[in-house]
Amino acid sequence: MTGTSSRSLKVILVFGYAFLYIPLLIIVLFSFNKAQLMTTWTEFSLKWYRALFSDTVMLRAAWTSLRIAAISATIAIVLGTLAAVTIVRFQRFRGKAIFTGLVTAPLVMPDIVTGLSLLLLFVAIQQLTGWPQSRGVATVIIAHTTLAIAYVTAVVQVRLTEFDRSLEEAALDLGASPLKVFFVITLPLIAPAVAVGWLFAFALSLDDVVIASFVAGPGATTLPMVIFSSLRLGMSPTINALTTILILFLSLGVLAAAIVIHKTRR
Amino acid sequence: MKHPFKKGRRKTPYDILSRRGHALIAVIPYAWLLVFFLIPCLFLLRISLSDAVLARPPYTNILSIFPEGLLQIRLNIGSYLTLFQDELYQRGVITSLSIAGLSTLCCLLIGYPMAYTIARSSEKVRLILQLLVILPFWTSFLIRVYAWIALLSPTGVINGLLLRFNLIAEPLALMQTPFAVCLGIVYAYLPFMVLPLCVSIARIDTELLDAAHDLGCRPLKTFLTITLPLSLSGMIAGSVLVFIPAIGEYVIPELLGGSETLTIGRIVWNEFFVNMSWPVASALSILLVFFVVLPISFWQRWREMKA
Repeated sequence: MTGTSSRSLKVILVFGYAFLYIPLLIIVLFSFNKAQLMTTWTEFSLKWYRALFSDTVMLRAAWTSLRIAAISATIAIVLGTLAAVTIVRFQRFRGKAIFTGLVTAPLVMPDIVTGLSLLLLFVAIQQLTGWPQSRGVATVIIAHTTLAIAYVTAVVQVRLTEFDRSLEEAALDLGASPLKVFFVITLPLIAPAVAVGWLFAFALSLDDVVIASFVAGPGATTLPMVIFSSLRLGMSPTINALTTILILFLSLGVLAAAIVIHKTRR
Repeated sequence: MKHPFKKGRRKTPYDILSRRGHALIAVIPYAWLLVFFLIPCLFLLRISLSDAVLARPPYTNILSIFPEGLLQIRLNIGSYLTLFQDELYQRGVITSLSIAGLSTLCCLLIGYPMAYTIARSSEKVRLILQLLVILPFWTSFLIRVYAWIALLSPTGVINGLLLRFNLIAEPLALMQTPFAVCLGIVYAYLPFMVLPLCVSIARIDTELLDAAHDLGCRPLKTFLTITLPLSLSGMIAGSVLVFIPAIGEYVIPELLGGSETLTIGRIVWNEFFVNMSWPVASALSILLVFFVVLPISFWQRWREMKA
């Protein structure tokens, strides 16, 4: 590439990153703005943070969301790891293609279809058995777990295919039982992938609004559901404050990860 | 010639495990997905074929067992006929397809130059640049949509600035337009386009480009005859990855769009929650799945053809 065209490519790159970051930075800036509207900057104020931390509806929803995310991520790593082992390590068995398809299908299914179909299932089960009496936290956990299995399986699958199998074989030759080999050799080796899968599943659950709106009962309003209903009414400076806190946590997380990677590489 | 050490397959822990052990491992995730994914899909199909009634739940049973033990199945394709007859749904399909198509194209046009520059950087810089593309994606999805509400709405940042400098007399209608919806989708799913493109462009052998240069080929021609065709797999992968979430999108058109951007997702929501018309909502969902499966099967066919 010639000098001018590589320079113009760099300009496009800068514009691309500006497009990705400026909207979020504006939100962060205006979270410290005293005025209600975002048309003008009036003066520095922390009043929207105070408003956020005294908003009991939002705080309760945040607690519900965190619980749902943690539980569904934990179930998903168990099921996802088992699914990955089945796909990578088992020889062909009848129905393996269907199994692999079933694991990945929730990835591409539109949220609205997943939500609707799960709700239809819950309604039918309720008619037959009486459970669940009212949809709530449990139904959201089930829905989010189903979605997250695909992500966990994908991550763990990669790790299982690339790792050195001779360690497993050696343990086996020395007389360890397959179960012991899995817990002593395999699991520690795939642990980083499982951890990444857990984080994926956790983030996925915290991000979902459509599926939760279908399957959540009156007692299980998640944080995204609260945010969504307030966004329907327009802008809200408390959401600015929430965004800033979220970005702060994210940046700290990235910084911590960078430090850990940097230290382990040395 | 046989490899001296490869006398048959080497044993893995899973070969010793009995068939029962195998089944025990596989059956847990299998059962979960069967009950909470496949069966719900069948329910969707079943309810799309039933009649809507005023009851709880608001649909008829398509299976009924008579006292004599006879099984009766009553299928009703009325919901599907409604989809093809009522103009509302046809317009919804066209709106969804055009918004998803246009957003995918915009992602490609913005994402390609970005991916090209990223892929041509040194390895260390490339990793950081790729991370910077993903990073906004880790903030909440709703918040990324909200950022555009804050920018585009009549009392938002852009209108505020323009009014302040007297460039406009009254706020521009930026929100509740198809433009806003496309912008929101491009913003939300741009990483899905950039990352596969980066991978496929970085994989191109730079010796090919050097050879073209040495033989006197102009940069533009080199790009059009070498780089572009060789990155086609990344372009297709990225386009499918953007199109799939875009076609089924509900949140973005609901928050950034107005009455003109009634996409399939929004109609499903309204049919279900507002009109309580479960069979129509189910039939429409099945149509939506069709629009998702189509590009994926096209992608699969294309990859098989190349292999």
